[in-house]
Amino acid sequence: MIDISAPPQSETAAVTPRRRRGLDRRHIPVLATLGLLAFMYGLGVVNYDNFSDTQVFLNIFVDNAFLLVVAAGMTFVILTGGIDLSVGAVVALTTVVAATLLNAGWPAVVVLPLVLLMGTSMGLGMGAVIHYFKVEPFIATLAGMFLARGLSLLINRNSIPITDPFWTAMAQDRIRFGPGIFISYSVVIALVVVLIGAYVLAYTRFGRTVYAIGGNADSALLMGLPVGRTRIAVYTVSGFCSSLGGVLLSFYMLSGYSLHAQGMELDAIAAVVIGGTILTGGSGYLLGTVLGVMVLGMIQTIIAFQGDLSSWWTKIVIGILLFAFIVLQRLVTRRTT
Amino acid sequence: MSNLTRHRLFWPAAVLVLLLASNVFFAPRFFTITLQDGHLYGSLIDILRSATPLALVALGMTMVIATGGIDLSLGSIMAISGALACLIIGDLPDQNSVGGVLIAVGVALVLSAALGVWNGVLVSVIGIQPIIATLILMVAGRGIAQLITDGQIINVTSAPYRVIGAGYLLGIPVSVIIVAVVVAAAMLLVRRSALGVLIESVGASPTASRLAGIRARGLTITVYVFAAFCAGIAGLIFSSNVASADSNAAGNLIELDAILAVVIGGTALTGGRFSIAGSVLGAVLISALDITTYTIGVPAETTLLFKAVVVVVLCLSQSAAFRAAVFRRRAVAPATPAAEVSA
Repeated sequence: MIDISAPPQSETAAVTPRRRRGLDRRHIPVLATLGLLAFMYGLGVVNYDNFSDTQVFLNIFVDNAFLLVVAAGMTFVILTGGIDLSVGAVVALTTVVAATLLNAGWPAVVVLPLVLLMGTSMGLGMGAVIHYFKVEPFIATLAGMFLARGLSLLINRNSIPITDPFWTAMAQDRIRFGPGIFISYSVVIALVVVLIGAYVLAYTRFGRTVYAIGGNADSALLMGLPVGRTRIAVYTVSGFCSSLGGVLLSFYMLSGYSLHAQGMELDAIAAVVIGGTILTGGSGYLLGTVLGVMVLGMIQTIIAFQGDLSSWWTKIVIGILLFAFIVLQRLVTRRTT
Repeated sequence: MSNLTRHRLFWPAAVLVLLLASNVFFAPRFFTITLQDGHLYGSLIDILRSATPLALVALGMTMVIATGGIDLSLGSIMAISGALACLIIGDLPDQNSVGGVLIAVGVALVLSAALGVWNGVLVSVIGIQPIIATLILMVAGRGIAQLITDGQIINVTSAPYRVIGAGYLLGIPVSVIIVAVVVAAAMLLVRRSALGVLIESVGASPTASRLAGIRARGLTITVYVFAAFCAGIAGLIFSSNVASADSNAAGNLIELDAILAVVIGGTALTGGRFSIAGSVLGAVLISALDITTYTIGVPAETTLLFKAVVVVVLCLSQSAAFRAAVFRRRAVAPATPAAEVSA
């Protein structure tokens, strides 16, 4: 109940704890993530030349904008206590459909809304199956994953290059702040999505209901909250975010490929968990997810700077972090309940 | 007749027969089993052979799901087990020494079981949700497997090791014999002792079984160890069959297929009653689906679509809400699987 009746005041409150009044327990996981991020950044700056360049930091966003959007959608789902395994496959399907339509000569203005609509309606469909037929989210979204991956393989099993002028412009144009300091348009889109998401979660009735369902779905129902509508809506949000993430990935890769985003659902879930959202739902912040994505990006950056470490260390480190944060969550929730 | 159709394995079995029968139209010699060089050959044997790793993983998954859990890490454990065995065999002075291969197999299985202990402790002692607890090893495990093989594919030339996945005993594939033995042992153990009932009671109601004095903690750990052990054997069969360890391909997404096989077999994901025979049947069905798409000549990619449709149909048929809606108002039925409409 404590978590439900007092939804987050604002996202910034998580960053600046009011030490005098004692630390809010709900902020501990997010603060831990922030501390970890600062530690990793410090480690990088001390050990590697040029690590402190502003661009190195900005590249974490440039290289992970699509993951940020997907993880933001996943946060909504996990806050209600659900899970969405279909995100990676929907991302891949979006890139394939977009690339196929663009190559067939369709204008970007038509393709863009169309693929977003497609992902959103897939999310809507999964949400409806989950709610109306009481199918486990895990299984329903697993079916969605098979379906989306299968469809994209069926459309084209090869990588399709994208040459559309709008797409190439989005891929190559940079917003420059100074010499050698830039971000891509995808970063702006991702940050806008995160800000809107954070606002919705913190200040709207819908956001409150999301937290309430995750806290206790039965109580939420007894309180008269629109549980069914909200539950369907979070999967719809996740479907939309996945397809938008797919669009951003196709900007980044300039190709559509059915094997894009393999295992992205795991990265998104990991980012959400490392960001401090509790997997049983009801507690967490979108800002935490942003930090989680940054931690994943920071791991990759450090491994790239180190040079002699192989890519599989990324997986092992993510696994260790997942373990640490899940145990931390466990300790925090044990004390509050 | 109605008793027959109501048996919970009737529908999966019917689908399997239908699937196999449909092959005859495309490959007239589909059901022929021939004896060549003392080995049985034929599409049916192929289906059984390719089903072996999945059947083992599904067997372990059944027990885990029966306790109300789930294990996502089994595919990664498969990769680790195969990688470790191939690494040890690759370093042997004589790859064909039976003793060396046995040691490698033993070490791989012990490590698999140890990973099962890790999963079990996270779930039952620390109290993490199973889906999350095993997610850790699913992510990290594949990294560990790549660490073992150093990111390469390790090829081995060991004849004794090849026997596990590709050998024949009295004309029957050794892998099929291994699976049959493990499945029979598991069935004997759970159905001829109280173990099966205990597992079902923990899955059906943890509170009630605690009040009844069942030690759920030890039972849960045992179940995860058993699942990991099965996955370890599956990893050995897989890597032995291709005589190499490929950390990326081994057991990739097999946990999802295994969950599918368990659900097809009539075990509910919520825990409680389980059916080992059903899960093995489910594994054979999935394997038959794969082989059928090859014989029919449909692009292999469509198996994923098939699976999606199968999952949707099965889940809806298991969903009480769906059955109520369909049997009360039949008009609802066509609109339901949103997934199928867009297909």
